[in-house]
Amino acid sequence: MATEAKTPELIVSVSPHVRGDETVGRIMWTVNLSLLPAFIMSVYYFGPLAAYVTGLCIVTSVLFEHFYQVSLKKKSTIGDGSAFLTGLLLGLNLPPSVPFYIPVVGSLVAIIITKLLFGGLGYNIFNPALIGRAFLLISFPKLMTIWSEPTAQFVALDAKTTATPLGILKEGGIAKLVEVFGDKTDLYMNLLMGSRAGSLGETSVIALLIGAALLMYRGYITWHIPFSFLATVGVMAWALGGDSGFFTGDPLIHLLSGGLILGAFFMATDYVTCPSIRKGQIIFGIGCGAITMMIRLKGGFPEGVMFAILLMNCFAPLIDRSVKARMFGAIKEKKEQKK
Amino acid sequence: MSLKPKSNRELIKNGMFGENTIFRMAISLCPSIAVTNGMKNGLALGIAVVFVQTMVNATVSLMRNFIHPKIRIPIFMLIIAGYVTIIDLLMATYARPIYKEIGLYIQIIVAFASIFARAEVFANKNKVWPSICDGLGMGIGFLLAMLVISFFRELLGKGELFGYSLIAGNPLLIMILPAGGFLAVGLLMGFFNWIDMRFFGGKGASGV
Repeated sequence: MATEAKTPELIVSVSPHVRGDETVGRIMWTVNLSLLPAFIMSVYYFGPLAAYVTGLCIVTSVLFEHFYQVSLKKKSTIGDGSAFLTGLLLGLNLPPSVPFYIPVVGSLVAIIITKLLFGGLGYNIFNPALIGRAFLLISFPKLMTIWSEPTAQFVALDAKTTATPLGILKEGGIAKLVEVFGDKTDLYMNLLMGSRAGSLGETSVIALLIGAALLMYRGYITWHIPFSFLATVGVMAWALGGDSGFFTGDPLIHLLSGGLILGAFFMATDYVTCPSIRKGQIIFGIGCGAITMMIRLKGGFPEGVMFAILLMNCFAPLIDRSVKARMFGAIKEKKEQKK
Repeated sequence: MSLKPKSNRELIKNGMFGENTIFRMAISLCPSIAVTNGMKNGLALGIAVVFVQTMVNATVSLMRNFIHPKIRIPIFMLIIAGYVTIIDLLMATYARPIYKEIGLYIQIIVAFASIFARAEVFANKNKVWPSICDGLGMGIGFLLAMLVISFFRELLGKGELFGYSLIAGNPLLIMILPAGGFLAVGLLMGFFNWIDMRFFGGKGASGV
């Protein structure tokens, strides 16, 4: 066996042959970066408390992931930014004035139960941040629905509480909502900029759209899920959301309020829990939109984005299976007719 | 499955730990989620199951040579229903407040998979005394499982134990809702599997 190793002339290897320089970590940190504008707006409107809640979520998420993996003698994966992202999304989905244990419990459920017990990143069935929030909303229904009024003064320590636009819409109808904000243009502007009550990161539509544009530009998310989601919500709000019969609703209010933009661009598009085939993604988005509007218009909760995405997460594997492309050249067998 | 017949003590132990109805066999999960939002309810249902399981095993074992194999299932059903009626009426009379809450689940013991399974698998093939031990072990195993699940659910969900409040503040409301039942059962099942694999060298149960 003393022959020198020759330079091989023909390399035979298994696929993949071409490797990009994208890594999980790079994608995750880019998504984190794209949420930065929304985070800044939340601090602007809700004061230092917003940074505290979000920061606590991030720190506890990362710590839980680290200690779970260290205690099981596995490689700690906190460097890939996914735990950071889960914590960030969870924080941006919480109301501004929550006691300290709510972020901790939310991170515990999101990271340990939803993600790591199912096998870690890539194996979770549901979006971890959303399960964390759903758990909190059901466990602490009162604390999770105290919405502070945005102040934009950096000192919102004893903020006034108020209702979210969707809450007002549910209780008093569109007329009441317009009355609260002045007139319709003011209403749209406030909703667009984010000067309204709501979860920390969901209020400022414009900041979220900047982040989403970055993700679309980098090609990390495609238009399929967000746009089919938003279009379904818009059409259903227009067709069914009106006070005076069909096709009189105001789609813009529904599109701009609640957690719709955050959910459609940042959470429904989670790689792990959405279908991976384009046609399936459109079905997924339409399903999300339909469930959201059903909950908003007829359900007990004012907001339904979270439950809609979670419900459609269950269907993601089924959707993927049913829209799988037919094998090239395969002939579909004719079904035998029953006699 | 060892071929060597087990001693009576081993049979009781087997029912309590080795083949625990809920955590190892993963059967009779419906009551373990429906009734365990309070320790009082869990205890009551557990006692009822211990009684029914033991008596059914004894009766089936006594009658095993007279029951024709082809009609054994309806006959088991009748025996179980008889004992369930007894415990149902007893509880309705002497434990009225609890009965009002879990009366439905007392009656539904008729359909518990665990009781029927032990009658078919064990009592139908064994002598009276081992059957009684097996029924006792299985019943106590179920009782213990109910107590463990309801301990965590009541403590976390209401901050109480047996109705006495222990923890002030905001409890995790989800734990006394059905979703919390699934969470508690799943996490505890995983925990007991871990104990089995870590300390006793078992392979862990996967709901066999």
